[in-house]
Amino acid sequence: MAKLDIQAIRQDFPTLVQEIYGFPLAYLDNAATSQKPVQVIDAVADYYRKDNANVHRGVHQLSQRATDAYEGARAKVRDFLNAQSEKEVVFVRGATEAINLVAHSFVRPMLKPGDEVLISHMEHHANIVPWQMLCDEVGANLVVIPMTERGELDLSGFDDLLTSKTKIMAVGQVSNALGTINPVKMMTEKAHAKGIPVLIDGAQAVPHMPADVQDLDCDFYVFSGHKMFAPTGIGALYGKQAVLEEMVPWQGGGDMILSVSFEKTQYNELPYKFEAGTPNIAGAIGLGAAIDYMESIGIETLASYEHELLSYATEQVNELDGVRIIGTAQHKASVLSFLIEGVHPHDVGTIFDQQGVAIRAGHHCAQPVMQYFGIPATARASFAFYNTMEEVDALMGSIRKVQELFA
Amino acid sequence: MSGADLRDLYQQVIMDHNKKPRNFRDMADANHLAHGNNPLCGDALVVYVKLNGDVIEDVSFQGSGCAISVASASLMTEALKGKTIAEADAIYQQVHEQMTGGEVDAATLGKLEVLGGVKEFPARVKCATLSWHTMHSAVENDADSEVTTE
Repeated sequence: MAKLDIQAIRQDFPTLVQEIYGFPLAYLDNAATSQKPVQVIDAVADYYRKDNANVHRGVHQLSQRATDAYEGARAKVRDFLNAQSEKEVVFVRGATEAINLVAHSFVRPMLKPGDEVLISHMEHHANIVPWQMLCDEVGANLVVIPMTERGELDLSGFDDLLTSKTKIMAVGQVSNALGTINPVKMMTEKAHAKGIPVLIDGAQAVPHMPADVQDLDCDFYVFSGHKMFAPTGIGALYGKQAVLEEMVPWQGGGDMILSVSFEKTQYNELPYKFEAGTPNIAGAIGLGAAIDYMESIGIETLASYEHELLSYATEQVNELDGVRIIGTAQHKASVLSFLIEGVHPHDVGTIFDQQGVAIRAGHHCAQPVMQYFGIPATARASFAFYNTMEEVDALMGSIRKVQELFA
Repeated sequence: MSGADLRDLYQQVIMDHNKKPRNFRDMADANHLAHGNNPLCGDALVVYVKLNGDVIEDVSFQGSGCAISVASASLMTEALKGKTIAEADAIYQQVHEQMTGGEVDAATLGKLEVLGGVKEFPARVKCATLSWHTMHSAVENDADSEVTTE
């Protein structure tokens, strides 16, 4: 495996090269959003400078170029996810919209009172609230896979949670609050054995590990571009073609139709049936560039380096007194959530910021996880491949600074 | 800005009130109370008030939050006990002015001046004001009320 030249990589990310309050910025809030390489920034800017036009319409040169670039990005996403066909890749605003789309267009038409939607205790609010809204509307029940003290899914009673009433299982591949990597392939297999369709929320997984929807065999896979070095406001929904074909549209409008009369509208073919209105063309192009960037380095290579970072940080924190890691699963990616004894995470965040260390303090849009551990919030450092061991050291220095101040 | 400014925010008085919050208790004979929440950071507190006519005979609080929100609530209970509603309002206005960079009257503020460091940390102003908004709401309303800041 190739050794990463981190310093060279960091030069590709303009935001990383700056000082905060006189300290070099240590950006450790990647689970919230990632920084963008010049390759992505340039792809977006170049599109607006040279090729800007609407897609799938005009006969003119610019429209053709815009369409080629937009559909080229779809091909890159297809390849990135190892989907079978570009018809299976729907551009959306992000993972949140993708989940709402599946809730509305796939589950809602078949959900009856007393039916069940199965999620897990460690889901992001984006994979809780759309299902809760739907269950409330229909009179169905939200069923939750429990969690252990280590922050792993408790699958001891899993088989019993998969019932004839379960209309979908929706689980995160990697927990944004704890970093836990869930055994989604095995879970999907078990759900499928009972005929239950599966949605996997890959928002926290795609920046850190290869995604392969055919290997996972999931019916839906969702992710956001901005967490994987692409712009905000773009993401993708993968759905098996046969499943997407059967679904009702999400929003109505232009581009999702073949013909419209006041009597009847004929919907467009996949994936356009789900892409009403002018899409985020620049965002999709930026997403394509981000995929190119990650693949130019090698996703396995990135994953392996990040694992070293997380292991080093975990060891360092474990050596400190008065610091407790929340989420100690055997398999983790990127995330180190922790508490400093006697200090509220919000104070931790402010003091870290004064040392140039950017982390997240809060409930990470996963309040049920906080409730499980009986805590209001955690401080969370989350790593990307452009982070360095020195930044981990800066993190440790900041923890000691907090402890000094609150001694 | 560097470490020195952190001391402006986390002054000794603040650290002391965070560690040993004053009037941190339930109040059985309270005739006004309000809940304050900051859903973004999870701060949650209850402010209890015992009004005798227009005099704040007793005020206390309970809950959990960051050092700034706990210390601010603690300092508030000390500052407002025995004051009339009008006096409390004047202090509330001054505290608010101080945190948003307005003109302040040092005599009215007294010890509450230590909360002034917050204005250099805009993300933290809501932590410091939560208890004050909650107090305001408790006094304004007869029954239980709910305050949310973000």
